[in-house]
Formats: sequence, C-alpha cells, structure tokens
Amino acid sequence: MTTPMQPTGAPAAWPDTYGEDAKPRVGFFTDTSICIGCKACEVACKEWNLIPEDGRVWTGESYDNTSALGANSWRHVAFVEQRKPLRLAEPFPEADARAGEAGSAGAQPAEVGVADLRWLMASDVCKHCTHAGCLDVCPTGALFRTEFGTVVVQEDVCNGCGYCVPTCPFGVLDKRDLARSPDDAPLALPLFGKKEDGRVWKCTLCYDRLKGGLEPACAKACPTDSIQFDELDELRKRAERRLEKLRVERWNGARLYGQDAGDGVGGFGAFFLLLDEPEVYGLPPDPVVPTAHLPKLWRTTALAAAGLLAGIAAAFVGGRE
Amino acid sequence: MPSLGTTFGRGGATTFQQDLMNADCITIMGSNMAENHPVGFQWVLEARERGAEVIHIDPRFTRTSAMATKHIGIRAGSDIAFLGGVVNYILANDRWFHEYVRCYTNARVIVADEFVDTEDGDGLFSGWDPEKGRYDVTTWQYKGMTVHGAAGQREEGFKGTKGEQSGHGGHGGGLEHGDPPEEDWDLEDPRCVFQILKRHYRRYTPEFVADACGCSVEDFLWYAETLCRNSGRERTGAFVYAVGWTQHTVGVQLIRTAAIIQLLLGNVGRPGGGVMALRGHASIQGSTDIPTLYNILPGYLTMPHTEDYGGLGGYVERTTAPAGWWGNADAYIVSLLKAWWGSAATEENEFCFEYLPRIDDDNSNYWTVQQMLKGKVTGYIVVGENPAVGSANGRAQRLALAKLDWLVVRDLVEIETAAFWYDSPEIESGELVTEQIPTEVFFLPAASHLEKDGSFTNTQRLLQWHYKAVEPKDDCRSELWFYYHLGRMIKARLKGSKDPKNRPINDLTWEYGTHGETHEPSAEDVLREISGWDDKGQMLAGYKLLKADGSTSCGCWIYCGSFADGENKTARKKPHWEQSDAALEWAWAWPANRRLLYNRASADPYGNPWSERKQYVWWDPEQEQWTGIDTPDFDEEKPPNYVPSSGAKGPDAVAGDHPFIMQADGLGWLYVPQGLEDGPLPTHYEPHESPFDNPLYSQRANPRRQQNKDLDEDPYNPVDGEPGSELFPYVVTTYRLTEHHTAGGMTRFTPYLAELQPQMFVEVHPDLARERGLEHGGWATIVSMRSAIEARVLVTDRMRPLRMNGRVVHQVGLPYHWGQRGYTTGGAANDLAHMALDPNVHIQEVKAFTCDIRPGRRPRGPKLAAFMNELRERVEAERGRAPRREPEEARET
Amino acid sequence: MGFLELVRSWPVLKQLDGDPLGLGKAAQSERSRTLRPRVADADHVARSICPFCAVGCAQLVYVEDGQVTQVEGDPASPISRGRLCPKGAATKNMHAGPLREYKVKYRRPYGTEWEELPLEQAMDMIVDRILRTRDETWEDETPEGNPARRTMAIANLGGATLDNEENYLIKKLCTALGIVQVENQARI
Repeated sequence: MTTPMQPTGAPAAWPDTYGEDAKPRVGFFTDTSICIGCKACEVACKEWNLIPEDGRVWTGESYDNTSALGANSWRHVAFVEQRKPLRLAEPFPEADARAGEAGSAGAQPAEVGVADLRWLMASDVCKHCTHAGCLDVCPTGALFRTEFGTVVVQEDVCNGCGYCVPTCPFGVLDKRDLARSPDDAPLALPLFGKKEDGRVWKCTLCYDRLKGGLEPACAKACPTDSIQFDELDELRKRAERRLEKLRVERWNGARLYGQDAGDGVGGFGAFFLLLDEPEVYGLPPDPVVPTAHLPKLWRTTALAAAGLLAGIAAAFVGGRE
Repeated sequence: MPSLGTTFGRGGATTFQQDLMNADCITIMGSNMAENHPVGFQWVLEARERGAEVIHIDPRFTRTSAMATKHIGIRAGSDIAFLGGVVNYILANDRWFHEYVRCYTNARVIVADEFVDTEDGDGLFSGWDPEKGRYDVTTWQYKGMTVHGAAGQREEGFKGTKGEQSGHGGHGGGLEHGDPPEEDWDLEDPRCVFQILKRHYRRYTPEFVADACGCSVEDFLWYAETLCRNSGRERTGAFVYAVGWTQHTVGVQLIRTAAIIQLLLGNVGRPGGGVMALRGHASIQGSTDIPTLYNILPGYLTMPHTEDYGGLGGYVERTTAPAGWWGNADAYIVSLLKAWWGSAATEENEFCFEYLPRIDDDNSNYWTVQQMLKGKVTGYIVVGENPAVGSANGRAQRLALAKLDWLVVRDLVEIETAAFWYDSPEIESGELVTEQIPTEVFFLPAASHLEKDGSFTNTQRLLQWHYKAVEPKDDCRSELWFYYHLGRMIKARLKGSKDPKNRPINDLTWEYGTHGETHEPSAEDVLREISGWDDKGQMLAGYKLLKADGSTSCGCWIYCGSFADGENKTARKKPHWEQSDAALEWAWAWPANRRLLYNRASADPYGNPWSERKQYVWWDPEQEQWTGIDTPDFDEEKPPNYVPSSGAKGPDAVAGDHPFIMQADGLGWLYVPQGLEDGPLPTHYEPHESPFDNPLYSQRANPRRQQNKDLDEDPYNPVDGEPGSELFPYVVTTYRLTEHHTAGGMTRFTPYLAELQPQMFVEVHPDLARERGLEHGGWATIVSMRSAIEARVLVTDRMRPLRMNGRVVHQVGLPYHWGQRGYTTGGAANDLAHMALDPNVHIQEVKAFTCDIRPGRRPRGPKLAAFMNELRERVEAERGRAPRREPEEARET
Repeated sequence: MGFLELVRSWPVLKQLDGDPLGLGKAAQSERSRTLRPRVADADHVARSICPFCAVGCAQLVYVEDGQVTQVEGDPASPISRGRLCPKGAATKNMHAGPLREYKVKYRRPYGTEWEELPLEQAMDMIVDRILRTRDETWEDETPEGNPARRTMAIANLGGATLDNEENYLIKKLCTALGIVQVENQARI
C-alpha cells in the first residue's frame, strides 16, 4: 500500500526540536517466541504507573482476561491456541535406529518438536509510531514526542477531548472511565491525588523512568526478556539476528512486525517478533496513520480551530492557576 | 523429600536453578515451571536457546508445554509407568553410564535372599503384613547385614519415623563400615541390585508405557532416546519436578524413579544434571530444614517416638550412622539441646533430652484434622496458611474448625479459615449454623515480609536475608513478634512453677534483643542462635566444629556457619556479575555453602573431570585438594584413592571415590534397603481413585497408602471394577496458575492479580464438552463423594483425551486457588479431593482422582447438602451389593 | 509563575522556537520537562526477597515518608537478575491492598459477628487458652507407660510462608510446651 505521506523512518519533531537535549530513540522489541504469558508486564506497568484495576471479567478467551489495551491496561498479553506445529518437521533418524534396537518393530520415527498444538502468547503495547496520528490531531498539545522519540500523553495537559482515540490504527488510545464505586476499581482511591476525569491514558514507555536512566517497568520485570528495551537501532539489529536464528531452527511462521520504516506508520518504536500473521494476535496487518489523509483532515479542523482557539487559551491559563 | 534423601543422602534439590542453563536436555515433569516458577524458568529458556531439548511430560498442555521443544501428554497418575519404561529402555539398550554406575551407586551390592520383588509377589514386596497393612522391611536388606541400630529394642508394631528422618538424612541400612560386604563388580549376580532392577522393570516396555500412560510408543521412544543421547561424559540432562510428583499416594516413589534414572545415566553431582525440586512457597525448604513439622527437629534430626525410649544414649544410637556425616548425629542433637536449654542442659541430665515431647507414628496435619473432628484437638493456631481452601477435602477441614474450642488465625487478610463460621459453603448449605458453632476465633493481622527482617530458604537451599522496609501498621505484627512475646508471657506466667511439665518452659533460653515501639525481637539474634557458637561465645564456622560434649550450641546443624566471621552470610548481596556462575557470595546455601550437591561425582573415580565440557569440581594433585568453581561437597583434602581403615567411623569411613557423603556407604542408592515405607523400588500403582485397573498386578493401588476408611467426612469414589464407579468416570487433576498463589490468600485479595484470573474455571476438551453437554463460557458442576463445586467452562484442545487399552480417557483440569472470599471468589477445587495419603510423607493425592462433571450450576443452599446426601446414599446402595473394597488392600485409619 | 514566564510558556510562542508543528519540545509541559522517577525521591531502599514462590527473586523496596512507593527486581541477584513474575511484581499491591487487615478481630463462642479487641488483651487471652488446654490434656506418659510429655489437644499450622527465624521460634516454643502437632504446607 502506498501512502500520500512519504515515510522517512524519522519521526517529526525528533530529534530536531530538542537540539542538544535530544536522546537516542528508544523502544521495545517484544520477542514472542520466548513469551511465557505470565503477565508480569501488565502488573509491573500498573504498579509503576499507578493504574486502576481494569475490572474482573472472565472472558473464556484462553487465559486472556485483559482483552485489549486501554486506559487501564497499557500492556496486554494475547493468548492464541492453535492446531499448528510450533516448528516445522524434520526427521530424527537416530530415534528410528534405537527404536529398532529396543525391539519395538513398527515404531515410526518421531519428529523433533512436532505437535499438533501450540499456544502463542504476545505482550502488546503502544507502538510509539514513527508517524503517530494521535500526535498530529491532539488539539491541546497533550500528546507530544519526547526527547527519546517516544509518544506520550501528558496527563497535566490532556483535557479528555478524545480526538486522538479514533486516529490510532491499533486502538491503543482510550479514555479512562470514572470509577462508579470503590468496588468498581478499588485502586482508584489511593491514586495519590490524581483525578479520574476521563482523560486519555496509554503507555508512556515509562517516560519518568527514562528520564531517571531506568528502563521501563515491563521490560525490567519480564522474566524471560521477551520484552527488550534499548535504543531502537540496536533493537532492530537484534531482531534481525533473532529472526535468522528462528528461521534456521524452522520456527513456524516467524516474522517481524513493525520494524519496517517503510510501513504505513513509518515503523514502530515498539515492534514485535510474531509467529503468525498479525491478525492472529488481533493486530492490524497493514496499519496506516490516518493523518496520511491530513490535507482533508486539516480542512475540517481549520473550521473548528478558530472557534476553539480562545477556549484552549483560556483552559491553558486556567490550568496554571 | 525422602525420595531424594534415601537415594542421594539429602532431601533437598541436588542443584540450583541457574545451573539448568548448562543442561543439554531438561525434563520437566510433575511441574509447570513456566507458570509456577516463571523467573526460574529463564534458565530453562537459556538452555533451550543454547540448543538443549526441553521436554514437558504432563497431563495438560500448559504454558510450560508451549515453551518446550516437545510436550508429551500422559494420564495423571501414570508417571511411574512412564519413568519405569525409561529405566527399562536404559538397561535393555545398555545406555547406562558404566563407570559411574559401578563406582558411585549400589548397583553392585547383593541383596538378601529373603527379598521378593513385586514381579514375583503380584504387586507386593516381601514382608507385607496384611493385618497391620505395613511392611516388615528386614527382608529388603543387603545380604549378610542386620538392620541398622536398635531394631531389637523396638517393640512389635513400632513404626517410628525412621523412614522420613533417614529419608532426609540418608541413613544407611545396617552398613557396618564404609563398604557393604557382598558385591559383584561385574553386576551379573542375579541377586545384585543391578540385576534386580533389570528384572523389576523388564515388563515396562514401550508398548506397556503407551497403554498405561496414553502416550504413543513413538513419543516414548523419542523421549527415552533423547534423554540417553544427552547423557554421558560429554553431556548431561536435568529433571525438574514440583508437587505434580509429590501429591500422589505414590509421590515419594515417583520422585525416586527419576532419581534412579539420573544415577543410571550418571547425571547426579554434575553441571546441567541433577534433580531440581521446585518448592511452591518462599520458605518451604526452610520450614522443612527448621521444621514446622511434627516428626523432625531442626536439621532433620528425628523427633523421639513414644516407643523410642532409652534416653539420649538410645536416641543417639538409633540416629547415628556408622559412616558418613550422620556419624556425628550425637554432636548435632546435643548442640541443639544446648541451644534450647542452655546452662540447664548438662551432661548429667543428658542435656535435657527428656524435655522433648514424644510423637506417635502419624501426628501430621491430616491426622490432626481427624482429631479435631473427633473433638480431641481443641486449640488451633494457624499462621500464614489457609487450610479451609488449600488442604484436601475442604468440607472436612471446615467441619473440623467448627468443633474447636479456640482458633487463632494470623494472616494479612481475612482468609476463609478465619471466616468459616459465617462465610463458608457449609453455612450456605445449613450443615453449619453460626449460632451453634462454639469456636472462639482470634484473628490477628500479620506483618508482611516488607515489614520484618528475616531469611527465607529458597528452592535451591539458599538462605536469603530480607530487610525490613517499613514498620507494620496498627496491630500488624510479625510471627517472630507473636511467638517471642507468647513465649515471654508464658514463661512469666509459669515462673516459679514446681510442676515438672513446666520445667522445659522455665529452663528454655528465650533471650533475644528487642527494638522499636512494638518491641520487635531481633531476627539476627535468632539467626545467631540457629547458626551456633562455642562455649567461649565464638560463632562457629560450620558443622564440622560441633561437639557432643555440650561445649557447642547450634539451633540447626545444617545452618551452622550461616552467621559466622562476624557476618550474617545470608545477607550477602554481591552482584552476580562480580563472581562466578555458582555465585558463592550471594547469600548462603546449606550445606556449607555448596550450590551443586554431590559434586565429587563431577569427577571420575580418580578425581579427573569426566570431560572438559562438564568439568566442575576435581582433584588437584599438586595442591592435594579438591577444587573447582563450587565448594566441594567432599572432605577437601581426602584424596580420590583414600580407603578407610576397617575401624573408621563417620566421615572417615567414606572412601575417596564415594561421592554421596551423607549415605552410610557413600553411594547413590538405586535400591533403598531401608528408609521407605512402601518398597525399595518404585512400582506402578494406580491412584487411590482411578477409573482403571493396574495393568501390572492385581494389587491395584499402593498397598501401604494411608486411608481413612471409617471417617464419614472422607468418603471415597468407587474405583474401577466397583459398582458405582461409572458415576465418576473422569480423571481430575488440580493445579495452579501464574496469576495466583496456592490457596489465594496473597492473590485473590490483590486487585492487580484478581483481575488477571478473575473466576474459577474448569478446563475440558471439546469431546468431553460434547459428551456432557458443556458449553464454553457456561457453567459446570464437578462432583465427587466429598462435594460438588461449580466453575466456568473453558473448552480447550489443551486438555487432550488419551487412548489407553482401547479406552478413551478424559481428564478434567481444575485450578485450586479459589474460595469464598477476596476480590475474586469461586468453588474450591480441594473441596472435591480426598485425604488418602502417601505413607512416607502424609501428602494427599490431589493430582489424580476421579470425578463427574455436569452442565449447569451446582445446587444452592440446603439443596447442596441434599444433593450430596442423595449421591452418597446411592453409591453406598450400589456398594452394598459388593465388597466395599478389594480384600487384599491395606487400610490405615 | 510570573506573567512573562506564563506568556513564554504559551505553546504558540514555544512553537516558534524550533518546533513549528508543536509536536515535540514545544508541547512539553513543565511537569514533563522536570519529570523524574519517584524512586529518585526514596528515603531509603530496602533489599528484600519475594514472598511468593521459592524461586527466591530479589527485590528492591523503595520507601518514602515511611510508605513503600515501589517494589521491583534487584538486578544483582544471580537467580532472578532483576526480573519478577506477576505475583512478585504485585508485591506492593498485596502489601498495601484495600483488603489488608490492620486490627485484631474477635469472635466469641457462638457469636454472630466480629468484635474489636486490643492486641494486648488478645495475647493475654491466647496465653490463657494455651495453658488451660495444655493443663487439661497433659500426657506425662502413654497408656502403656512410655514417656510422652505432651499435649495432644493443641496444634500449630503454617510455616512455609514464614522466615526461618520464625519457624525456629515456633518449633522451639511448641516443643517446650509439649505441642507436637506442628505442621506446615509441606504436606500440601
């Protein structure tokens, strides 16, 4: 698919707007071939970012009771049960020979790693796109690109207008609902004075931790290093090496997703190694930044902008009181 | 576990988690490591990435199976059949490690002529007493040996706790000196252990395995060959297990089978080898080392038995082994008595040995519950455990609580055990009425680990200190505070008492510094007492310094040296990147800071590494000492060619090429002549409740298992062949999920975890769902003779049906975390389980029993009690037309 | 904030300073600019061990004003290398969860509800009950005349979640009292 906007692989507003303050672009490489589906990423994220509980709904969708990324789940582990082998078959001659010696005539050679079942697990997260539609449409400047090249909603700026929500091809951006009762979200209470005001929340790639030289909470907790945090250039190289190894080992369906700077969002800041088509994991196969159609969008926005300008300024000044 | 203890000499895991990285083949069986020990699982994945085979053998396809290079599904409860098949494969195809087996195991030892194997006894070993329901183990001895110690002093019927005690400690069976007298180094004598082993497993052919376990012949052969191919001089394989092996009526024997395989393949004491036991609680290894268990004292010293008299001298005689490190048991017990009764313990009064209370054969947890039901146990203190959910037969547990006079529960949250009197299935059904329950209940809020200092002993015997981060709030207190002040107050009350029964309290040393507003006792002071000092107050460097003359004090001999050189060694936190892979300066491991046990066996009999690739500890002839990357698990200066003199005792009686230094003969025991209740060799028996007959013998289940035949609260499902067995056609297995912990006290009440697995569910295969009309996402009721619970239905291919002997068997999977309370509530799987036990360790069989499953929710309120009564009456009526149980089977109440 | 600063911080003006689209630095709020991880404000860091399973992962516990503000893995551990599973990662949530109990609760025999009870009084009452039950059921000898020195009416359960030092005091005190039914999760 071609896009009207020529993807450059470099995000807008980074690193140029930061001058000397700019940092190397960082991101996640989530290698699902070693994800054990433990959900430590989901919990570590919630503990660090003080995110309310997301409701106790048993879905029956394998072991996934989180269902999707949202305002209260910034990491989401998908579980996919498949009748497919994890690796492609290759014969194992020694077993055949030994079977004969053991006196078991008729035993067929078994095949390494062949099973009719596999259970894929993958931890999804905000992609921190190179060309992020959410950022383009945010009227308040709440969404911005940080000095690390990541995309963050500033909770002190967001007014909950929600314009960004439909622009995300992955459905990441989401408004946080008000807790209806303490039982509804028991952790809403001790949120250290944060207001539950319908703002938009998503992964910040632990912006505050990055500023302190710490790696994001999910990557740090991940027991198997399925979630790797590093400079994006390094991660892309590492992912290529990893893919090559899995291909040699005949892993069924191994592929990278979101590492390509030529894709519809200019590549992800948080990309993946998957073992099947993205759709299988509930991911769009060919995500496109909606602001690719920016000119059309601008015309609509311009009308609104004039009227909103005064209001935004007022809200801004009001917010500083 | 006695299985590892009797085979190798110590009950702990033989290796450490990081060493799994060095394995060429990892067998995970009886464990769901990726789910239940996720962070430890990183080392398995490290091995996989280096090219190791990772094989998960389990009834279910779990998150561990998903990460393995191969999953083999077997029927729950058929593990010995599978592993016995591997033993047969190794022996029949000459795949055993010849030099290792000949030199390091008891394969060459000749067994007494009186010994009769199950193969010749239709499922019974020699010595079976059908009336007493137990074995006389004298016929299992080595030829020409007498039973060790004071058998003659033991009265008829004395069962003692020798099995468990020696199990952890590894006492030799009547071995008079270092080597057993009759041996055949060619391993050809028909009465030698090697030949007995060969005959015992001869019928465990690949076809037998496939029929008994429900796997394919091809998968079995692939596995057996893969394991053998990855063992030997150049390669090693490791076994990983957890309670998927222990929670059976043959649990101890099951683990023994893997231990035998590892000895035959030469995989013990070597990097990337061994048997890794994965414990479920932060300090479950520690609570066995310093036991909150009825039958042992700290350091696996046995508790004295009511029929075990003769004072300290008799105790020492029975506890001390003629060779090996148990030869110094007198020093261990005397040092313990000195730690407890200080200056009151003198040589003249046998160091207050008489102060120790005496136990019966079985005073274990499930026995206690029965005593509660009978009104004999009236006071109960429960700390950090939730038996109303976590123990088998939850209904019996709760009915027992309702008979108590008083109950103290200490926990972080109000768990089901504290709330049983107003919030339980029995209150709902009307079987219990709040106003009629006499139990006085004290709920005391506990301090969390963040609110106290102390050490946990992890799954690899590593004592790790944790520091207090914050003060506990309000009434929250540590267990250290509770028991210290309880003891202090009791001592104050009994001060000056002339009653002899109070003297052990009056004389008890109880001096620990306290600090802060709550007067929290010093955990370091307690650790100092555990680690031990001499009569000058000098801290001891290790257990070799302990004396039997009363000049040393040590609260737990295997922990001796954990606080030494002025340092709390458990609190060492040197980063791993600053030291070797064994990380000897991170915390402290028992024994003597060794990380990989029996590591003398990583070298050949002459002290040279078996191969360069697998070198670990070896003899340095120039320095004349053992050296390597770990602390040698051997006398560091004992040369490989050391031969003990005929009069040598204790450690000196172990030869320089005998690596298992806790064993009386220094050898790994393929065959266990003494120390186990149910046989010297593992044998396939069906679970206590099973829809199948034993394919090998007319003896269906473990004859020695403990049953509660006359306990109304613990009725059993009819089994294969009995009338009514068709009512319980499915095998059920219980388990844990990553997102929760055991009985849920720490996770169901925790919002971030509750939301991840928010409801009790049951896992079934689509075929079973069709067979029973179960709807995915709907409700099902699961039924046994004990109870009926409900759960949401998760239909999944991961619960694969197995075909055995032409019959298809379905398995039902139940996580056991749920109960009445917390953020997420649901049926407790343990309500369905029975209390039949393994005879060695009194552990219940919750990994394989039988059930029925029906669509829809369970009957509510009084209808539940009526439903269960009707079911039980129907079964009893069916049974009335036939003998209640097979006549040859043992019973123990 | 003074008027001039306020004006300067107005996004439109910030955009003129090298970020015409207002997507990067110009959009950065004061909070974002000065943001730092809250662990940087910790008064002290306690080194701990995860309380759940027996893998034995090491934890770093950050404390500020007497409150735990964060628990995460300790990279120095040779076992866990700084990683935690979901349970270990939820340690703070467990430690300070909304359902945590902080007060003694007492249910009298045949009672229908919990009552309050001061901790000191509860301890006194528990001592009363232990000593009374022990006195009433003491066995010096077995019926056969063998030494017994025990009470078979009191049992103590739990230990696998506790510290070694705690288990040590439990075993020591119970043994001295003649309580032999001391058990823990090793049986489950």
